[in-house]
Amino acid sequence: MPADESAGINILGLTKRYLTPKGETFTAIKDVTLAVEPGQFCSIVGPTGCGKSTTLAQVSGLEKPSGGSVTVGGRPVNGITDGVSYMFQADALFPWKSVLRNVMMGPLLLGTPKREATALAMDWIRRVGLAGFEDRYPHQLSGGMRKRVAMATALINKPRILLMDEPFGALDAQTKVIMQNELLKLWEELRPSVLFITHDLDEAVALSDRVVIMTSSPGAVKDIFDVDLPRPRGNVQEIRHEQRFLDIQGRIWESLKDEVTRAYARSAGAAA
Amino acid sequence: MPAVDLQAAGKRQKRQRTTAVWVGRIALGVLVIGGWQWFTAEGWVDKFFFGQPSEIWNSLVKLFTKGTAFGSIWENLWVTVKEALGGFLLGTAVGIVVGILLGSSRYLSAVFGPYIRIVNSIPRIILGSIFIVAFGLGTFPKILLAAVLVFFIVFFNAFQGVREVDQNLIANVRVLGASPVQVATQVTIPSAMSWIIASLHTAFGFAIVGALVAEVLGAQKGIGLIISEAQGTFDPNTVFACMVIIAIVTLGAEFFISLLEHRVLKWRPPSRSEAQAI
Repeated sequence: MPADESAGINILGLTKRYLTPKGETFTAIKDVTLAVEPGQFCSIVGPTGCGKSTTLAQVSGLEKPSGGSVTVGGRPVNGITDGVSYMFQADALFPWKSVLRNVMMGPLLLGTPKREATALAMDWIRRVGLAGFEDRYPHQLSGGMRKRVAMATALINKPRILLMDEPFGALDAQTKVIMQNELLKLWEELRPSVLFITHDLDEAVALSDRVVIMTSSPGAVKDIFDVDLPRPRGNVQEIRHEQRFLDIQGRIWESLKDEVTRAYARSAGAAA
Repeated sequence: MPAVDLQAAGKRQKRQRTTAVWVGRIALGVLVIGGWQWFTAEGWVDKFFFGQPSEIWNSLVKLFTKGTAFGSIWENLWVTVKEALGGFLLGTAVGIVVGILLGSSRYLSAVFGPYIRIVNSIPRIILGSIFIVAFGLGTFPKILLAAVLVFFIVFFNAFQGVREVDQNLIANVRVLGASPVQVATQVTIPSAMSWIIASLHTAFGFAIVGALVAEVLGAQKGIGLIISEAQGTFDPNTVFACMVIIAIVTLGAEFFISLLEHRVLKWRPPSRSEAQAI
């Protein structure tokens, strides 16, 4: 499926300040500039608290930037951006709705008739490999299965932009690999532009076309790397041992290393 | 040991546990009520002040067969239940609406917060006197007092429930295109529901207390009136008999609220309702 031309994200000089409860201003991100081409898979990697999530919130339109601009498909973001889906580390599912009703929510909110929404949801539940679990409630599912439901709810509306905030951060190593493969498979079918936040550099390199390194306090872009590993990538578990992968990963790690050490020293200092 | 035997042993162990619990329960009941009967019969405790189980039973029989000075017991019970139910519904409805409103708006909650804490700290039961002076001896002031007591319980729970809503879930439905009204009906209210329903158990008890106290303060009919009359004639047995009747009504209401809870909250993991088993 070719990428939707209106799915390009352009972030220009983006700055976001928050008012703390004490009345002080806190700059979460400063002068962030980066571009995601239509249909590109872009990861943001950086130490904790470097404003990665803040950046996503500005792209979705859930928050308004304090300075700079975000344009999606050439149009400046003002209010909720159309055709965006979110995936969080926490599942963000309705605990009181069954799997089917959770997945149906997206089309229903767009005004799709119930019968069509049900059919669509059944199809997506099958695509994420949960056929037969339609009537379960989220608490009856394992972490990986809940992730699959979250993936179906995020993709069912065929978003042009997929914002993922450490979606697999809480999963065990094996489940994580399985979910990464699932995500790549579905992404190649739909080709939304993806902004993917992660702490895991291996994950970023294995999945992405572009990796953005951010520095902390205030968050800013340090380096941008293009990952030219061929697509489709195949099994992310196997690609990790290829020499090309290791070369790219090594280069990016050089850049990330300083940031992580610095952020760690700061947090250790604060704790002492 | 083969698996079948293990299963049977497990079942037997569970049966023994259940039996032991019931033996304990019955023994405790016999001990308390029997002890009461015995102590008052021997004269160690004065039954003139503290009543006696057998006399309470006689009072109950009298209430249901001969009626009271204010008409049959059913008539009076119905008046009290009507008042409590009215106050329960009114207080719950207002509590939910105000709780969700203030819970969703930081500004409103900051403005109203201190006043709500002040009103919450005054002894609201005294408002009954004012309501009776203002609205007379009819059912309305009773409903009002019951509603005031219920309101605060439901309000605080609804408020807290709204505050505990998963912010990621809200962000999720907002980017999917939900309007503020849809966010409220699809996310905020259903997720506050488990808090609200938990408060209904206590709230009904308070509705009964409100109706009874208002009746004691001044009424023409109702269980509270019978209690206050019995107090005036030094008849503790009738007071206890009324307590028994009200306890049965409250247990009945509790049962229906639990049914509602099961229906509305059937999605919840079972471990949480286990904690509320008592």
